[in-house]
Amino acid sequence: RELSSESNIYIYCFNILVFVTLQQRDPMLKRDGFEDILEERRNSSDLKYALRCYAPVLYKGVTPCKANMLKNIVLQSDQLHYVINQVSQESGEAPDIIQEEASVILEEMAHRLQISTVRFFAFALSKAFKTLFQHVCVNEEGIQRLQQAIQEHPVVLLPSHRSYMDFLLMSYILYTYDLALPVIAAGMDFMGMKFVGEMLRMSGAFFIRRSFGGDKLYWAVFSEYVKTMLRNGFAPIEFFLEGTRSRTCKSLTPKLGLLNIVIEPFFKGEVFDVNLVPVSISYERILEESLYARELLGVPKPKESTSGLLKARRILSEDYGSIHVYFGQPVSVRSLAQGKVNRSTYNLFPRHIPRKPMEETQSFVNDTAYRIVRLQEDNMVLKPWVLMASLLLQNLEGLELSVLTEQTVWLRGLALSYAAFLDWPDHAPTAKVVSSSLALHRGLACVSGGRVSLVVGEPLGPVTPEEALFNRAVSVLSCASYRNQVLHVFLRPAMLAVAMLHLSDEVYNCFSFLWDMFSNDFILCPGDIVQDFEEACYLLVKTGAVQMPQQDIVMTDIGQPTLSFFNGLLEPFLQGYQVVCRYLCEEASEGLTEKQYIPAVRSFYSVLCVFTGNLRCYEVLSSDMQKNALAALLRMDAVRKVKVADQVTLIVNKMAVNSIDDILGKNRMISHINQTQISPGLSLVAVAEDLYRDGLTPSYIR
Amino acid sequence: GAPLLLNCGRRPPTADSATAADKTNPRGKHCLWLCFRVLSSCLEIFVLCPPLTSDSISTVLAAATITMTLTSTVCFPRQEIMKWNGWGYSDSKFLFNKKGQAEFTGKRYRLSGMVLPSLQDWFENTFGASVNHKSPPALNASAVPPASLNEAFVEDLKATGIPFSHEAEDRVFRAHGHCLHEIFALREGKKFERVPDMVVWPNCHNDVVKIVELACKHNVCLIPYGGGTSVTSALECPPEETRCIVSLDTSQMNRILWIDEKNLVAHVEAGIIGQDLERLLNESGYCTGHEPDSMEFSSLGGWVATRASGMKKNVYGNIEDLVIHIKVVTPRGVIEKSCQGPRMSTGPDIHHFILGSEGTLGVVTEVTMKIRPIPEYQKYGSVVFPNFEAGVACLREVAKQRCAPASIRLMDNEQFQFGHALKPQVSSIFTNFVEGLKKFYITKFKGFDPHQLVVATLLFEGDRERVLQHEKQVYDIAATFGGLAAGEDNGQRGYILTFVIAYLRDLGMDYYVVAESFETSVPWDRVLDLCRNVKERINRECKERGVQFQPLTSCRVTQTYDAGACVYFYFAFNYRGLADPVHTYERVEHAAREEILANGGSLSHHHGVGKLRKEWMKESISSLGVGMLQSVKDYVDPDNIFGNRNLL
Repeated sequence: RELSSESNIYIYCFNILVFVTLQQRDPMLKRDGFEDILEERRNSSDLKYALRCYAPVLYKGVTPCKANMLKNIVLQSDQLHYVINQVSQESGEAPDIIQEEASVILEEMAHRLQISTVRFFAFALSKAFKTLFQHVCVNEEGIQRLQQAIQEHPVVLLPSHRSYMDFLLMSYILYTYDLALPVIAAGMDFMGMKFVGEMLRMSGAFFIRRSFGGDKLYWAVFSEYVKTMLRNGFAPIEFFLEGTRSRTCKSLTPKLGLLNIVIEPFFKGEVFDVNLVPVSISYERILEESLYARELLGVPKPKESTSGLLKARRILSEDYGSIHVYFGQPVSVRSLAQGKVNRSTYNLFPRHIPRKPMEETQSFVNDTAYRIVRLQEDNMVLKPWVLMASLLLQNLEGLELSVLTEQTVWLRGLALSYAAFLDWPDHAPTAKVVSSSLALHRGLACVSGGRVSLVVGEPLGPVTPEEALFNRAVSVLSCASYRNQVLHVFLRPAMLAVAMLHLSDEVYNCFSFLWDMFSNDFILCPGDIVQDFEEACYLLVKTGAVQMPQQDIVMTDIGQPTLSFFNGLLEPFLQGYQVVCRYLCEEASEGLTEKQYIPAVRSFYSVLCVFTGNLRCYEVLSSDMQKNALAALLRMDAVRKVKVADQVTLIVNKMAVNSIDDILGKNRMISHINQTQISPGLSLVAVAEDLYRDGLTPSYIR
Repeated sequence: GAPLLLNCGRRPPTADSATAADKTNPRGKHCLWLCFRVLSSCLEIFVLCPPLTSDSISTVLAAATITMTLTSTVCFPRQEIMKWNGWGYSDSKFLFNKKGQAEFTGKRYRLSGMVLPSLQDWFENTFGASVNHKSPPALNASAVPPASLNEAFVEDLKATGIPFSHEAEDRVFRAHGHCLHEIFALREGKKFERVPDMVVWPNCHNDVVKIVELACKHNVCLIPYGGGTSVTSALECPPEETRCIVSLDTSQMNRILWIDEKNLVAHVEAGIIGQDLERLLNESGYCTGHEPDSMEFSSLGGWVATRASGMKKNVYGNIEDLVIHIKVVTPRGVIEKSCQGPRMSTGPDIHHFILGSEGTLGVVTEVTMKIRPIPEYQKYGSVVFPNFEAGVACLREVAKQRCAPASIRLMDNEQFQFGHALKPQVSSIFTNFVEGLKKFYITKFKGFDPHQLVVATLLFEGDRERVLQHEKQVYDIAATFGGLAAGEDNGQRGYILTFVIAYLRDLGMDYYVVAESFETSVPWDRVLDLCRNVKERINRECKERGVQFQPLTSCRVTQTYDAGACVYFYFAFNYRGLADPVHTYERVEHAAREEILANGGSLSHHHGVGKLRKEWMKESISSLGVGMLQSVKDYVDPDNIFGNRNLL
């Protein structure tokens, strides 16, 4: 097919540039090996380990700062004083009272790191980890790099976030290697767990409210607290760029608030540099696996409570495989900002007065955040099961074991040539690898009569079609959370494949449409579209799936399986977005509020399913996909938000949504489902209420 | 012996003798004779001289001053008493003697003739250098590009009787300032791409008017030359200049024309050298109080042209506060104000077009400047602080209370240690013992970390009572920041360092060490951050550029203002193993300057812009600002007669 004329330019430079840059990007060559830290724990006393001498090196040899001293520095800072006076003038309250308020906020927020608590956790976690996991693997070279970085400049640890376990695990590892323990930004919701909250606080967590939009004082205390720790290098700061645990195991688009805070001291010249260390934590099996699927389907997240935690004890009896923790190369903010941000623009404004970051800075921070998340993705360790899950999801009716094995081997080759960080057991026969993966994930897939298929939970008693749908969706979403782990490896070539197979003839334009459409669902660095397109071309050419004679992109014969696999990989997303478009065009009423949107889409889909019976895109039931689709439509101006009274209403531009649906929907089966198939007299809400009678709380149906 | 020897300064050659010199070159002989006379006269004077005891800064310069009396001004062919490839006087230099001990030769300075036992250790430890690894200068004088003369200009100039020369030695001497790359090139015997084609020595304002007129008539490029102490490549001839370049040496315009005691101003020719001006005024009981660190060699005109700053500006002000009236010869004619009112509201002050114009608009010929009676009493002092942060906080408080002494400077730990390395051999056991006690008190009793502590040096001036009162006030403030008074000696040593440090660079270059200094001014709240970041940047850049040894980075706060401070950096590294040390050095300095700007520092506090920092002018003063300056240049000098291409 012809490439669009604008893409010609790229093709000219293509051969020279891309191969060079991608070779550099190729992380295969640079990845470190792993050490299992549990091995030693299995062979020596945990108590001794918990009580051993712990004397980490600190930033330029500072002495660790007592929590109280830290609070005093913050309360006496010019920054805070300025805001206190400002708030006092605005509210008419005396500055003393505001100061007192600030002090209370700080009290609620601040960590109280105590080595004794850390030792307790070191002991308890050793026991727990040994029961839960086969291995906890860490790249020791990364640890060495981190140790070096901690001494040179303030360090910010940025782990991926897939489980509650993440931050305990991080502190556990740093303690094990005698590194300075981080202070960790945690959501306030933990504080609900009375005792545990305090324990976490004493192991280095500090707590921030989930939302404090307009609260100047809160923001000032919070940002000054973080900056003080950073400037003085008392401890590495740790937070999750993704903001929350990813329920889908896809990386979430980064949140910028905290990153802005930790980068600002560099721009203001208060520190020479800040080292950002991406950490990739990969779980072979996630503790919260089915919990997440239910949550995505609208069963609300259980409130964090100590009793809930105790109930979760039963998980202790299961095998969760191994964990891989990869400490990435420290990223110097100074080097990143070189030539992108002119620091002298900070010269004309007093540094203690809070100010909205300039546009230049904002886009730099945004860009940095995306890059870090991509670095996290790059070093995520993938297990064979991830590949198997991807294949199973494209064959929901099940697969012959032998076929699955064969295809898994094929996919392994593809993944490796795309530089996936695959942890494939050495010297084990493939059949063994496949069967042991199936054994570990027996809750998700089973083999019966030589066929492998997804396990669907069977509730007791008679099953309504709606319940069946729900159970089916749980198992698909659980499985999808594994497939999602490999998406970042295949995403770019897969979008190109979809563009080639389904969409109109301007391949680059189609690619860029998909790129834009999916930029909430996947980590696509803003502005990297051309680079991503080049990467996609490079990878597909590399594996022989396409050829690029002159200015064309042509599929090869041997490329057929690859391209159709890629197509299948993205199919659920394309379908899901399409369902949303359909809903908005055909069903959405005037005055649809943002709150009603998710349950309404769910009902719509359920109705469709009930009436047609052969729909397969269960993933559209996931609130994650629904939110991302809406965000994409908002971004593309197909939907607008209007605030009426307290409600946010969605105004749908049906023309625009329809045309997006058209682009997505060519050749797709969902396009010939007609509105007429649903009887007009039937109220959707009634149907929905009927559908979600059991097991689901009705609150979000309204 | 002074009057007798007054005649020994060589008179300027006449136009005729210059051409004669071309043919027969009798100068070699003449030089030898002259050197002999100067040397013998020095000996004579020193025998007669009483021992130097006074506390004043002029003591530091006393010996130099006496020599200057003999020759009345800077000697006409300056290269005869000054190094042609290093800093300062030929007879004064650091060297490691046969025992491996450092000594400072000559007799001009307090340190002269002394052995400095700890310098070698410091030098070797700081730089990883070794006194066994010498990098002596290549002795062959650099090959000089032939002069391209504008014959018509030369003819007309001859008719005026103003002396000039186109001898290679004179031309090369005025082709450079004291940037590292310039001195390095001289030492290595590298060829300058472009040097002046001739040198002309006007004797008075009218001579300058004539020269500028002729230059305009014949389209000749003029580069004013004062003391030659520029460190911004301001004296470098633009290589692309195709016209004949004439260096206009102001050194013969060195008279005080009158002193007005009623208004306390003096009218002085702009070629006068700082120390001469001070000495001559002192004879009448006055001083200007303007003491930049280069005052031994820099000229009044140069100060005006670069917006110079003096050590004692807290009492006397910087050059812009000192000048009352300036006379400048430009291609369009002479600029001057019509009265000497102490302040005027007559639109933008035209003096500010001249101050800092760096020789791009014309030649400053005469200046009326404020003078003060010589202060009755002077006292040095010093304070040690546990760390740099405390020191800066103290200086900030002093500035806040507006009670800064004539000079207050804060040296960081590196410079403190460096200062210690320059301590002369202690003669008596008793002094040794006292020193030991002091050290014990500060480090053990007071708990100061010798690798953290810093020292502030102070100089008070005024009538005795006020000085003592003032001293107490400052020490009280210092005490609140943990400062301990550390005696007059340490203070004075700090100021001696100022004058000899430039000589030390030559010693370094003898042993594979290159060094340079640069300055900035910065708001108070950013001083610490800027110092830390710039040092770190230098270290990092050195590492990245393959410098094998840890560089020395050191800074000091040298001036305090209401809203900020002047910070001075020293930076040196051992360049063994580097192919092109000067290039490496320049890249590092460039990075350091970028860091300064990014941290809220200014492009320059008093060194100026020259050609070295031109690239940042737009960023510093906005492109509109550059346009304003450019339009002044275009109006005043449309044919770019003053074509040194500084600043813009």
